[in-house]
Amino acid sequence: MSSPALARDPVEPNLVESTTVVPPKIEAKQPTITTPSPQGAAIGALAARWYRLNKDKLQATLIGTLSLVAFLIAWHLLTKYRVVFFVRFTNVPSPLAVYDSFTRAIHDPKFFLHVALSCRRILVGFSLAAVVAIPLGLVMGRFKRIHEMVFPVAEVLRPIPAIAWVPMAIMLWPTNEQSIVFITFLGSFFPILVNTLHGMSLVDPVLVRAARCLGAREASIFREVYFPASLPHIFTGLTVGMGVAWVSLIAAEMISGQYGIGYFTWEAYSLVQYPDIALGMIAIGLLGLASSLLIRAMGRFVMPWGRT
Amino acid sequence: MNQIALNTAETSAGKGKGRIDVRNFSLSYETIDGSVEAVSDTQIHVNPGEFVSIVGPSGCGKSTLLNAVAGFLKPTTGIVTVDGEAVKGPSADRGMVFQQYSLFPWKTVRENVEFGMKMRGMDRSKRERAARTLLGLAGLEAFEKHYPDRLSGGMKQRVGIVRALATGPKVLLLDEPFGALDAQTRVIMQQILTNMWQRLKISVLFVTHDIDEAIFLSDRVYCMTARPGSIKAEIPIPLERPRQQSMMMSSEFLGLRRGLMSLIREESLKAMGGEITDLGMQGLSIELNGQSLADVL
Repeated sequence: MSSPALARDPVEPNLVESTTVVPPKIEAKQPTITTPSPQGAAIGALAARWYRLNKDKLQATLIGTLSLVAFLIAWHLLTKYRVVFFVRFTNVPSPLAVYDSFTRAIHDPKFFLHVALSCRRILVGFSLAAVVAIPLGLVMGRFKRIHEMVFPVAEVLRPIPAIAWVPMAIMLWPTNEQSIVFITFLGSFFPILVNTLHGMSLVDPVLVRAARCLGAREASIFREVYFPASLPHIFTGLTVGMGVAWVSLIAAEMISGQYGIGYFTWEAYSLVQYPDIALGMIAIGLLGLASSLLIRAMGRFVMPWGRT
Repeated sequence: MNQIALNTAETSAGKGKGRIDVRNFSLSYETIDGSVEAVSDTQIHVNPGEFVSIVGPSGCGKSTLLNAVAGFLKPTTGIVTVDGEAVKGPSADRGMVFQQYSLFPWKTVRENVEFGMKMRGMDRSKRERAARTLLGLAGLEAFEKHYPDRLSGGMKQRVGIVRALATGPKVLLLDEPFGALDAQTRVIMQQILTNMWQRLKISVLFVTHDIDEAIFLSDRVYCMTARPGSIKAEIPIPLERPRQQSMMMSSEFLGLRRGLMSLIREESLKAMGGEITDLGMQGLSIELNGQSLADVL
């Protein structure tokens, strides 16, 4: 290859780019001739620009996919050769076995019943926690007296893991279902409360003064300043609370459930259906992921000002 | 269209009201070591439609004084009145502009401007129209749907001023409003503020540590002493209006500047000297070869 050819090669993409800017001029000169090529070039340029702007994201997606594939391969190899190296993979189901039980499960209405019941428990327990903890946190953050009254009790109860409440919950509530929802409620309650309080403590006092100067009274200041100012932290609390809600729910289901994805996973172990264990775990992971994505989407919808 | 918004902003200002009186004012606060006086025995007043500035060394209590006029702080002795009525707490009668802009980040520019009118119970379409017109006057109509974090400092503070004016206050209080802006933006903002003030004929009380700014904007300047702050001097600014930037080079301006500068310098040295002796730096006088601190500085 001669050097001029090498030198010309890198120039060509530049030429392509510059022509993409020119088309309007060409059209102005020759208005009668409309060829599809400028349009094609425009689409090409658009695609090129889209690629340039999203290059990082595409790379991140690619790397993410590759690492997931690598994980699956490692899992496959470890179970295929039944590796024993401190950890024993002798009984661990292979990815293919799990896929098999997945295909069976999606035709099994019982599996969906497990998933649906778990989701319902999360929905009820978590929503109740949010409905109680957010207003309580707001009021505690605003009124010192209420804070002084409620905070000590909250601090004593907060470190108790929701799972430790299981025996007490069974005594407190007439049905198993209620006690499981109660455990889920407790798990998400404290993260939401603590973060709401934190948000309230960080409200810029100058904003409150600005609102006062503009004629706002107590109720308006609460609605227009304290609440929106705390929202980012409230959503942090909701995200964390959702995570803990799943942790608590699965534990409660494993101990005292008759249905639910946690019960499904534990039952699979008891019945020696090992692939179902992994299936249950993966289902729990995906459900947890989906619910936290849902909360993030809600946050973006409720707080449009945070978008960059 | 313009008339509606201007009427809103002019309701009270147009009638030549907005006289501020601060009489026998002092303010102290309690600490573990006893009570500390921030401002002592101060008298100031602002005539209706007048532009008055307060300058002084940092920590002299000029912001404290302004906050008392706004109604955020209660005087320990004395009284603050606006149009003869004692100030009991913050109200929309006294619009305030803060150094930190203090726009509501969760409201768009227009919603920020509408806030005061919303608090007064004005209906949506009316306040939307008024806010648009006021934003137009400040050259911000293109940004009405933006959230504050997308704006530059100068734009934020313009919104802050428009928001404070939108309720039609009797007086406008500004607490070092341009302190966080760069020099060029500051000059433009001073011009905008002057234009709005002349248009609305509103009384303004303006706190700053920038002497040029105070002279350029004001009809009268109060100079405060070091803590505990009180009025050291009252300087009328006879420069004619409208004022141009070029005026800042005139001998008249420079004369006023020199006078104010020496007043403030004296007080700043007092404040610093006080701090240094308080810290107990005994070695300082030896290192300075017996010269007094004021000479060295």
